[in-house]
Amino acid sequence: MSDTPFIARGFHAKRANAAPNRLPPGQYETRDFPVLSAGPTPHTPLSKWDFTILDSSGTSLRWTWDELQALPHDTPTVDIHCVTKWSKFDTRWEGISVDTLFDAARAKGMADGAFIVAFCDGGYTTNLPFSDVTGGKAWVAFGYDGAPLPPEHGGPARLLVPHLYFWKSAKWVRGLRILQRDAPGFWEQLGYHDRGDPWREQRYQGDP
Amino acid sequence: MSSGIRATPEVTLERAAAPTRLEWRVATVVSVRAETRHARTLVLDVPQWPGHRAGQHVDVRLVAEDGYQAQRSYSIASAPESPTLELTIERLEDGEVSPYLCDVLQPGDGVELRGPIGGYFVWEVTLAGPLLLVAGGSGIVPLMSMLRHRALAADASRARSPVRLLYSARTADDLIYASELARLGSAPDVRIEYTLTRSAPADWTGYNRRIDRPLLEEVAWPASEGTRAFVCGPTPLVEQVANLLVEFGYDPLRVRTERFGPTGS
Repeated sequence: MSDTPFIARGFHAKRANAAPNRLPPGQYETRDFPVLSAGPTPHTPLSKWDFTILDSSGTSLRWTWDELQALPHDTPTVDIHCVTKWSKFDTRWEGISVDTLFDAARAKGMADGAFIVAFCDGGYTTNLPFSDVTGGKAWVAFGYDGAPLPPEHGGPARLLVPHLYFWKSAKWVRGLRILQRDAPGFWEQLGYHDRGDPWREQRYQGDP
Repeated sequence: MSSGIRATPEVTLERAAAPTRLEWRVATVVSVRAETRHARTLVLDVPQWPGHRAGQHVDVRLVAEDGYQAQRSYSIASAPESPTLELTIERLEDGEVSPYLCDVLQPGDGVELRGPIGGYFVWEVTLAGPLLLVAGGSGIVPLMSMLRHRALAADASRARSPVRLLYSARTADDLIYASELARLGSAPDVRIEYTLTRSAPADWTGYNRRIDRPLLEEVAWPASEGTRAFVCGPTPLVEQVANLLVEFGYDPLRVRTERFGPTGS
């Protein structure tokens, strides 16, 4: 990275940044909700849907759709940041805190880890530090803006980890695998960052 | 759980060396080419460009004198074999970066970029088997890199990867690369079909509607094990085409997509 950025001749901000403290570096605000997916949108019927937490000893805990719905719901309103440069403010979600799921797993004797990998319908995976999905920072979300989450946005359920770039908020999530060692997921194996903090602009492998 | 836990030494060993950072490079504009009323190609000389695969993109960064910066991603249009890197930019009227790249940037100017980025929406001629490309609007750009790459391959390789392109645009004037596509489409094993969704000239012989099931059934390869599909365009088009291809029996892992824009039309 060159330390002194190259000044683009004749380039000026087109509009004032109305929310400088909410927009991470290199991002712009959009009012749309763009869709980015690497393949076709999976369509798993709720009767065949379940959510599983697995730990490194092989113990697992599984919820059906109805069992998951019976857990206490959260309704976070958060800003989201996509690595393709758009950010969207004040998005309204409904889901289950990952803390609630891990509490149930611990009650069953399952061990915490240092990392997790989220796995999904369609084969997508993404890796996250355990500490990034606990402590009120992550949800399994199935509602968006007062309605069921649409399939192209990850419905019936997606992971929601709004403080990291949005590819970490895995669409069509079906479970979390608890790991002691980091194991790169889908985009991470293809050159994207293992953590993906938008405020540090951790877009690609090798970014600080 | 301690929040201080981070990658263990074993992880570091598995990743043999620290990954190389994608560095920002100042490319020089060699020439510019108007493609349509709304799209322009930048021909760039990029120092120490590491090379790319067809389908990948770059990040472009514009920094103003007051430090304000804007970044956007653009697909690479040129073949990996090309000595220059070409980006085709569609000018978005309310955009911040594309009007600069289309209207302000001139030959001799520098522009900052880093890449190549993306490793899933990529195709190489060594992946033998029928190839289906479906483009909506400027979604043709990464597919053009694939077509150009294929055209430069040896005859035997091309014969093993026959290609069909279905290209949807609003009007005939919005078709990017029209004359080059006409040339490429005259080659054996290349079939190109167009559909215009808004208006078509009186003598138009292509399709004249949004891509629907009968249209895609007519153009797409029948589903078979080795067929690969790449679909790039606005979200509603990509959703429609990818869903249909899976219904036709395409392997979802061989239907690769790049979407731009929000849901809904």
